[in-house]
Amino acid sequence: MDLALTPEQLSFRDEVRSWLKANLPGDWVEKVRAGSDIPRAEGYAFLRSWQRKLYDAGFMGLTWPKAYGGRGLTFMEELILHEEMALVKAPPVLNILAIGMAGPTIIAYGTEEQKKRYPAKMLSCEEIWCQGYSEPNAGSDLAALQTRAVRDGEHWVVSGQKVWTSVAHLADWMMLLARTDPDAPRHKGITYFLLDMKLPGITVKPLRQITGDPEFNEVYFDSVRVHESQILGGLNNGWAVGLTTLMYERLALGFGLQVRLRIALDGLIELARRSRKAGRPATDDPILRQKIADLWIHTEVLKYTGARAITRLVKGEVPGPEASTGKLMWVDTHQRLQAVAMEIQGPYSQLTRGSRWSVESGLWQYSFLRSLANSIEGGTTEIQKNITGERVLGLPKG
Amino acid sequence: MNFGFSEEQDLLRSTARKFLENECPSEKVRRLMETPEGMEPALWARLAEQGWLGLIYPEEFGGMGLGFVDLVVLMEEMGRAVVPGPYFSTVVLGGLAILEAGTAAQKKEWLPKIAEGEARATLAWMEPSAMLGPEGVALAASRDGGRFLLSGTKLFVHDAHTAEAIVVAARTSPGTPAGEGITLFLLPRETPGLAVTLLPTMDQTRKLCDVTLTGVSVGADAVMGEVGGGWQPLARVLDRATVALCAEMCGGAQKVLEMTVEYAKIRQTFGRPIGSYQGVKHKAADMLVDVENSKSITYYAAWAMDERVPEGPLGVSMAKAYVSDAYRRVAAAGIQLHGGIGFTWEHDLHLYFKRAKGSELTFGDATHHRERVAQLVNL
Ligand SMILES: Cc1cc2nc3c(=O)[nH]c(=O)nc-3n(C[C@H](O)[C@H](O)[C@H](O)COP(=O)(O)OP(=O)(O)OC[C@H]3O[C@@H](n4cnc5c(N)ncnc54)[C@H](O)[C@@H]3O)c2cc1C
Ligand SMILES: Cc1cc2nc3c(=O)[nH]c(=O)nc-3n(C[C@H](O)[C@H](O)[C@H](O)COP(=O)(O)OP(=O)(O)OC[C@H]3O[C@@H](n4cnc5c(N)ncnc54)[C@H](O)[C@@H]3O)c2cc1C
Repeated sequence: MDLALTPEQLSFRDEVRSWLKANLPGDWVEKVRAGSDIPRAEGYAFLRSWQRKLYDAGFMGLTWPKAYGGRGLTFMEELILHEEMALVKAPPVLNILAIGMAGPTIIAYGTEEQKKRYPAKMLSCEEIWCQGYSEPNAGSDLAALQTRAVRDGEHWVVSGQKVWTSVAHLADWMMLLARTDPDAPRHKGITYFLLDMKLPGITVKPLRQITGDPEFNEVYFDSVRVHESQILGGLNNGWAVGLTTLMYERLALGFGLQVRLRIALDGLIELARRSRKAGRPATDDPILRQKIADLWIHTEVLKYTGARAITRLVKGEVPGPEASTGKLMWVDTHQRLQAVAMEIQGPYSQLTRGSRWSVESGLWQYSFLRSLANSIEGGTTEIQKNITGERVLGLPKG
Repeated sequence: MNFGFSEEQDLLRSTARKFLENECPSEKVRRLMETPEGMEPALWARLAEQGWLGLIYPEEFGGMGLGFVDLVVLMEEMGRAVVPGPYFSTVVLGGLAILEAGTAAQKKEWLPKIAEGEARATLAWMEPSAMLGPEGVALAASRDGGRFLLSGTKLFVHDAHTAEAIVVAARTSPGTPAGEGITLFLLPRETPGLAVTLLPTMDQTRKLCDVTLTGVSVGADAVMGEVGGGWQPLARVLDRATVALCAEMCGGAQKVLEMTVEYAKIRQTFGRPIGSYQGVKHKAADMLVDVENSKSITYYAAWAMDERVPEGPLGVSMAKAYVSDAYRRVAAAGIQLHGGIGFTWEHDLHLYFKRAKGSELTFGDATHHRERVAQLVNL
């Protein structure tokens, strides 16, 4: 056990550090209105250019093979990059569904042509991806999905509807799961398509969320013709391919989320220092001190649990139980953090942006409301606990 | 960066687990905890044979010269088996205090004896005020020519009744700032004027004592290190002991989780194993989160102790805060998910629950350590 960095890792860290020092945009928080994992509409253009900058500097796709635009490094370097970004409160990466999920899945299952075509453009943010899994009657129970794809010569004709599709309104491509064999058992007749969002017959309707902003969408498919070369990982093999994506999702979320948590925590501490409770700084209030210290501890714990998981991966071992607990723990910590931010603000916590009295332009009100989704998106807490109980602890299925 | 154990450490873990399963099964734990000593000479001798009593002492003192992370591996296994008796008090509390603060002569006299299983030691620092910081050390040690006269009471002292050597923290110069004027003394238990009373406690596997000193006269050779310079080494020992305790707690929590999962697979209600009900499954998942996170932060703190990194004390308090709550939650959930049988004396769960509760309170509970975290991060 040695948590110190090796000389190579240290020099990589220095490389990241000095680049960030020279290139970090100073006023991005105001531009993007942070505190949220998925940025708001007014920040998209800025975030595209930020990701492009990271890409040009060689910091995107660190673990991806060089042949497909990556750098062929390990998750340890990825961890270092994320930590350094957290330390300086760097903006998030916009094309996160592509980087976290679509790219690794294509690299794992794609044809050589697909691997040459897609991943590099994800890294540079030239092409934004969305994830078309959920449907009105297929969320937790994903295998119940009904969107159909019917063969017509070299094409597949897609009809149906997806819902809760984040960034579909921005996306160039979609990871689409559709039913290609309605007669097969539920999990067997599904295929994974790489879908061009500009194809005729696709309609994207933004859904307004609890925050007031649209961020996810309904997506309708009206006889959309997709070429068979766009199948990823084989016909009717979509369940296995899709699960791989979800595994990467959890892993990627693990890194990224912990970093955003650290940034949010630093923001919370600043807020507490400036705010007053009963005539003294909120940080002097014994109960708030306890709550903030607890958030600090949980944030650090999450980091070390993540580091243990990464150590196993880098050693070539399979992820251990520590890997599956990350999302559950993150959700709990982040939601509590947002609630504490409200508590610190007292009556001001009611005021949203637009009021001259609102605290930090209503940033926390937005992220507090947004945090409610954390225990739903990417698999609900209940489903995560079922999976943990059954796959990690070996408890019988219900 | 490598946040995993070495092959040697994995081997130590599996050896220790097998050894303790054979030599200290729960029937023996129950038998020993009912005795005042809490330990039998044969088992103590076997621990010495394994080299575990001297695990972290340098070879020159008859130890194995291993690191703190190795100790953590062993402590986890000790906690898993709820081993009763004075291992923790001797090897970690008393032994580390002697190693950290003792004079060359004191180390040479006591550490080999401890490593060989011939002597046991402990650390007497807390007093009836139950204060955790240097302010809590009030026991007076006044100069009496070339000697010192010690008077006062120490409370919550681990295994003082069976220890041959007791490290006592005393105040040699009253009126100075709390952290100054504290001196450590190394006293044989048989010193005249020193009286030890065993206290009835909830956790019978861990014995606590009241140590009262009435005009105890000791020579300068009893002083450990510098007169007045005792708080710094004492604080370092307490930090290390806290991490070792956290490791013990991790092992206990892990065992409770395993017992509960096994039970949930076989116990049937309404024609199904209870583990198939989500109410049970989700609680088990929460237990796993607690256990895994406890290990992560404890391993980090152990590494920080081994490397003496400046953030060490922060790591210690983060670990103790997290693990204190987590182990208690896990142990309580274990009882809950066992239903009525979990509430019986016959079932082992109460041994773990009581250990969890006692450990939570030792060296400061989560509330205390969260406040320390707040201070260390300049909140
Ligand atoms: C902000 C946000 C962004 C999203 N982005 C995307 C996206 O980009 N692409 C995409 O495909 N999807 C996306 N989703 C959808 C998300 O994956 C689903 O919402 C989620 O899987 C839950 O499905 P559902 O909403 O249909 O709820 P349901 O499955 O109907 O669940 C309702 C409630 O019942 C519980 N429940 C359901 N089944 C069980 C069970 N077996 N045991 C115990 N409890 C159960 C759930 O935990 C939940 O509390 C997003 C969701 C949100 C909130
Ligand atoms: C102090 C004490 C005094 C008692 N006194 C009496 C008495 O005087 N007379 C008497 O008849 N009984 C008495 N009981 C027994 C008590 O009623 C039972 O212990 C209780 O009903 C639980 O049954 P069990 O112990 O068999 O646990 P189990 O039924 O085996 O349950 C084990 C665990 O599984 C959970 N579980 C079981 N089924 C489900 C499910 N479908 N969904 C979710 N979770 C589930 C339970 O909640 C529990 O956590 C007493 C118990 C105690 C602790």
